[in-house]
Amino acid sequence: MDDLTEASNHIHTLRAQIAATETQLGTLKLQLQQAEHPSLPPTTEPLSPPQTGIPAEWTNATLPALQENVQRDIAQRLRQERGLEDAPTIQAASQRRRWPLATHEYSRYGRQLIMPEIGLRGQLHLKNARVLIVGLGGLGCPAAAYLAGAGVGTLGLVDGDTVEESNLHRQLAHATARVGWNKAESAKAYLSSLNGNVRYDVYKCHLRPESAVEYFGDYDVVLDCTDHPTSRYLISDACVLAGKPLVSASALKTEGQLIVLNNPPAPPGDATGGPCYRCIFPKPPPAASVLSCGEGGILGPVVGVMGVLQALEAIKIITAAKPMATDDPVKPTMLMFSAYSNPQFRSVRMRARRAGCAICSSEATLTAQSLTSGSLDYVAFCGAQASVDIVAPEQRVSATTFSRLPMGDNGVLIDVRDETQFGICALRESVNVPWTGSAERWVQSARDVGVDFEDGRQMFTVCRFGNDSQLAARAITETLPSTINGASAKNVRVKHIEGGFEAWRKEVDPTWPDY
Amino acid sequence: MEKTANPITLQVEFTTDTKGQPSNVAFLTTWLCDHLMKDPRKEMFVLEGSVRPGVLVLINDADWELEGEEKYELQSGDEIVFVSTLHGG
Ligand SMILES: [Zn+2]
Repeated sequence: MDDLTEASNHIHTLRAQIAATETQLGTLKLQLQQAEHPSLPPTTEPLSPPQTGIPAEWTNATLPALQENVQRDIAQRLRQERGLEDAPTIQAASQRRRWPLATHEYSRYGRQLIMPEIGLRGQLHLKNARVLIVGLGGLGCPAAAYLAGAGVGTLGLVDGDTVEESNLHRQLAHATARVGWNKAESAKAYLSSLNGNVRYDVYKCHLRPESAVEYFGDYDVVLDCTDHPTSRYLISDACVLAGKPLVSASALKTEGQLIVLNNPPAPPGDATGGPCYRCIFPKPPPAASVLSCGEGGILGPVVGVMGVLQALEAIKIITAAKPMATDDPVKPTMLMFSAYSNPQFRSVRMRARRAGCAICSSEATLTAQSLTSGSLDYVAFCGAQASVDIVAPEQRVSATTFSRLPMGDNGVLIDVRDETQFGICALRESVNVPWTGSAERWVQSARDVGVDFEDGRQMFTVCRFGNDSQLAARAITETLPSTINGASAKNVRVKHIEGGFEAWRKEVDPTWPDY
Repeated sequence: MEKTANPITLQVEFTTDTKGQPSNVAFLTTWLCDHLMKDPRKEMFVLEGSVRPGVLVLINDADWELEGEEKYELQSGDEIVFVSTLHGG
């Protein structure tokens, strides 16, 4: 008797499974047909409701609980807009009514879907989310890739720069074949092949104060993947004014920093909101202290780690089980990464909103009007880095002229780049004395490696771009008279090579490494 | 204490404070500037009598603004970190 019941149950289960699989097969065939012939109208499916092994009451039970989450089915709307999906067939409609995600989405996102941190609810939140990524460089490429992979409904990509060869060691969404492309466009090409279910909004321009708040209003979360204080202040201000949480990261050499700002996003004057960039850094750093990746260098995985962490923080914000309670005190932290330190990661507690913050406090002096009117000059606020121009005209020599001078016994060439750069490429017979910032110490270092400032020979200084070489030339003329007993300043002759090795490559030796 | 990037870790011992000055973070900053900083561009570290904008001071893994900033009195075993903020991406 028990055996009989068991066998009957087994048959029933098998029938149910077969029916369910056939339904799935039908859907897949339909999708295949639509993908292969997007212009064709969909095949008319039988009008009778599809046969499945699932009792009707179960089918109907899943829906109400999820109703709130399926209000905006962005991905589906997009497929229809692209012509990939026309008016839904009865079968497709019934599929959608029963399951809030499309069949292929369960397979694609299954590995994150089964985690309690995400679950169906979290996946639906991701699908409905709109994330804006400002900057598609070393941070933006990995951040965008992971957010696209995770199934974020819409990704906004903002970048006005073009892909350069020197980007490719770390900006992995770009490609050798796309050098010269706009970065947002190039990233879209990569991301579309990774996940075509995501909508990509491309903005081929730099973010501008006049339009930033309006752009941000269209998105749920903003990622600052830019590379300069100017844009960092602008993005933070616009996030406060638009009421959006901001995931901000930065990297240089072997280090990175990550902080989530304006989270929860509260209006200016509301102390329960998370701090903004100005709360943490009310004054911009001196322009001379700001090093770019081009100047200071950057290790690919270092900036990659930071970009991936930005994607992670964005996913956490989007899939949070409930909005941050306003009575919970905000506990902002900054994560610091240092690739060659032990430990590599350090999480530090940061301050809450600043009472006198210029943008997010009740005493705020900056408003949306300040931005849209263009009256707020972020470049002036952060200060432009003045190019060095300190040596007299007679102390300059062009790369071309220098290349025609006889060297050897007649002159001494001092290369003031650091040892690493000197090791990459150097002119024969040049002496490496890295510029360290201190005139006295630098002159002493030169002496230590055998440079004889008193022998009356013509000295030349050279560096990468022609800035430090001026400082070194000035160090020689200004330091030596006071340090050489009996020798007059006129005996010391020094010129710096204008434009450094960059000019050398352009004017004299095109094979000179362009690093 | 460290000053990144290119972390330098130093253990500094203050026995008694000199001339009755409080041994707070302001004192430490001046002391570092006068005794340990090799770069003559002091403005890269201290500007208008305080740590310059763009350098975060961390006291035992907390922003110094949570601890009283430069008036914070150093305790034995404290870890003070000076970090340059990064801007690259
Ligand atoms: Zn603020």
